[in-house]
Amino acid sequence: MSTVSKNGSPTESNDVAGEPSPLLDLLSGFIVELRNAGLPVSLTENLDAMEAIRHIPLEDRTALKYALAATLVKNNSHWKAFEIVFDVYFSLRGEEYALDSELSDALLEDDDEDDEQGPPGGADGEKGSGGNSGMTPEELAEMLYNALANGDQQMMRAMARESVRRYAGMEPGRPVGGTYYLYRTLRNLDLDGVLEQLMQQEQDSSEETSQFEQRLKRDEFNDRIEALKKEIESEIRRRLVADRGVEAMAKTLRKPLPEDVDFMHASREEMANLRKAIYPLTRKLAVRLARKRRRGRKGPLDFRHTIRTSLSYGGVPAEPKFRNPRPKKPEIMVIADISGSVAAFARFTLHLVYALSSQFTQVRSFVFIDGLDEVTEFFEQTDDITEAIHRVNSEADVIWVDGHSDYGHALEVFWNNYGKDVGPKTSVLILGDARNNYHAPNSWIIKDIKERARNVFWLNPEPKSYWDTGDSIIGEYASHCDGIFEVRNLRQLEKFADNLA
Amino acid sequence: MDHRFADVAEVRDKLTSVDYLADDAIAGIVHLSDRLEKPILIEGPAGTGKTQLAKSVAEMTGAKLIRLQCYEGLDEAKALYEWNYKKQLLRIQADRSGETDWSELEDDIFSEEFLLTRPLLEAIRAEEPVVLLIDEVDRVEIETEALLLEILSEYQVSIPELGTVEAKQIPLVFLTSNNTRELSEALKRRCLYLHLDYPDMDREKQIVMTRVPDITEHLANQVARVVRSIRQLELKKHPSVSETIDWARTLVLLGIDQIDAETATETVNILLKYRTDIDKAVKDMNANADTYSG
Repeated sequence: MSTVSKNGSPTESNDVAGEPSPLLDLLSGFIVELRNAGLPVSLTENLDAMEAIRHIPLEDRTALKYALAATLVKNNSHWKAFEIVFDVYFSLRGEEYALDSELSDALLEDDDEDDEQGPPGGADGEKGSGGNSGMTPEELAEMLYNALANGDQQMMRAMARESVRRYAGMEPGRPVGGTYYLYRTLRNLDLDGVLEQLMQQEQDSSEETSQFEQRLKRDEFNDRIEALKKEIESEIRRRLVADRGVEAMAKTLRKPLPEDVDFMHASREEMANLRKAIYPLTRKLAVRLARKRRRGRKGPLDFRHTIRTSLSYGGVPAEPKFRNPRPKKPEIMVIADISGSVAAFARFTLHLVYALSSQFTQVRSFVFIDGLDEVTEFFEQTDDITEAIHRVNSEADVIWVDGHSDYGHALEVFWNNYGKDVGPKTSVLILGDARNNYHAPNSWIIKDIKERARNVFWLNPEPKSYWDTGDSIIGEYASHCDGIFEVRNLRQLEKFADNLA
Repeated sequence: MDHRFADVAEVRDKLTSVDYLADDAIAGIVHLSDRLEKPILIEGPAGTGKTQLAKSVAEMTGAKLIRLQCYEGLDEAKALYEWNYKKQLLRIQADRSGETDWSELEDDIFSEEFLLTRPLLEAIRAEEPVVLLIDEVDRVEIETEALLLEILSEYQVSIPELGTVEAKQIPLVFLTSNNTRELSEALKRRCLYLHLDYPDMDREKQIVMTRVPDITEHLANQVARVVRSIRQLELKKHPSVSETIDWARTLVLLGIDQIDAETATETVNILLKYRTDIDKAVKDMNANADTYSG
């Protein structure tokens, strides 16, 4: 326990007088922060975590991390959020993680005295950035190079620390984000140059290595450099925590969980995560639809089965057996807006359509802007989603006049060309914001589709508060649909899938 | 209650002795599961050793492995228990003479003698140490999950006619899921959670070396590196650990001790099972070699 409380913040040290251990305080703070970050931590899980840490050696930070993760994080997509919060809360604890340079010692002492105001900048800070370890930048670069070449993790960690100390120019209380420091550090290290150097040396040292071998090497070096960047990032985070205090830092680092990321504003990395998460979701959709068909009314009497069962009742057919109804394949028609106003959503939509078509056999997909075109075959012909999307964007004939959304006309085209294919087994899914640029809405088409189809759902990526403002005419279409859903993130999409049943 | 393992290191050593290389997370969670008497829910891509972990734990503790394979439509009668109604019927018929009165008979035919135990009840009633493996729990419908809840949290099974059967000893329980659907909160809350991902390069190399004894370190190293770089591509299905091992075995059988682009291209169909994936990997291996050659 002593190791843990040694570097504790002042609030905890005050509590030591009382019975409750500082660790428990820290832990409850940690769990509150996890909940703030959006992780669903229940009371039982909280108690489990408390119980779990009694069974592990507390000075072992890795063990602590995995014990907490095992009890608190029940979804892999939450791992990253957990890791950040863990880093923030427990980064200053543990022997080998102590901030070792003079600068940080100074910081830490200040931190202990007055957490609220933050340590005063000045002499201490400058001394740190001056590089007092007696190494020239060239020596540092060489050591870093060697560490990368040999994949020496210990050394890489030390190097990450040293480079942050030297190049990030972190000053206490300065109101800039971690990315700024990261940028400064990386700029000085010139890792791209280091990579080229490493590859060059690899080529020179053994001339007979095949191209294939070189390619593997490059991958490996790339990996190590990524690891180094991560190391640097977490080092910067550690120092920021020391400077600003745990709660403040946790708050600035808070990011939406993957299922809460808004489709419209997703970054590239977030988009990649979303894509991975879509597959279980579409499967769920498939299962929901399939089950609905399998349950309910039983099929015709199964004579053979009834007779076989009757043997156990001495020949009396006491328990009639029925055939299961043959599940009919669901037919889905997806009509997606891919115009500029929903561009980000459209990217996601196409992924959803792709995932759907790999789950269901009978998915027909249509895209529109002011014209409408069927793109089913683009998805069917290839297993490669990027290729399919590329073909949709380049080959689909979706522009009729000016390339501004015209729902009325697009629906008309759909109804005239494909309306006859809509049958009582068909679910129609319309994805779009219903911003019609003041064209004729033609909402009677939706009404007609609904009369013929099994159901019609509309998923709108816009926040509900924007509906029916400006040129949005979602309300007019809504009256004819079975349901209109705001779907801006995975959580909402999942809710929609749940509601289907 | 005495514990099965003294500390995390012991778990790790024992797992290694049965050829399962555990990392910190795996050894830690097995240790915790023993201490907290909680089941472990293992999620992760196919072929990362989820089921194998349960098997190896059973092997290392010398416990009997009881396995419940889940599938769509699994019900109480297949998972928990069932009354042996044929035997019950015989019992009633044998008693046609009418010597025993009905209530006595009823008590008799609803006794343990007429109970057919299924995996879950079997694990609870076992006298000897048991490892219970509930495989691919994501395949059952969400409503069926509820069947598991009682056994997972209380280690008991309630049978209306008999009362509650409590565990003679607390078994180690493993649940695996391929994450094809989100499991219910209730189930997750009762379990410790482990996400088993593809191993990092060093661990994969070690795994290959343990599972393929004849392999040279150099080849194992190369195998691990090639697989790692293939996993970085965007594929329909990434090569699993078992496929890596298969590939390594093949290479050894073919007498290859140095992988180059050509051998990799020829044997990549062992690692990847989709035509498009294979094309992509082959293209990547050859294209990159050219690009970087200058």
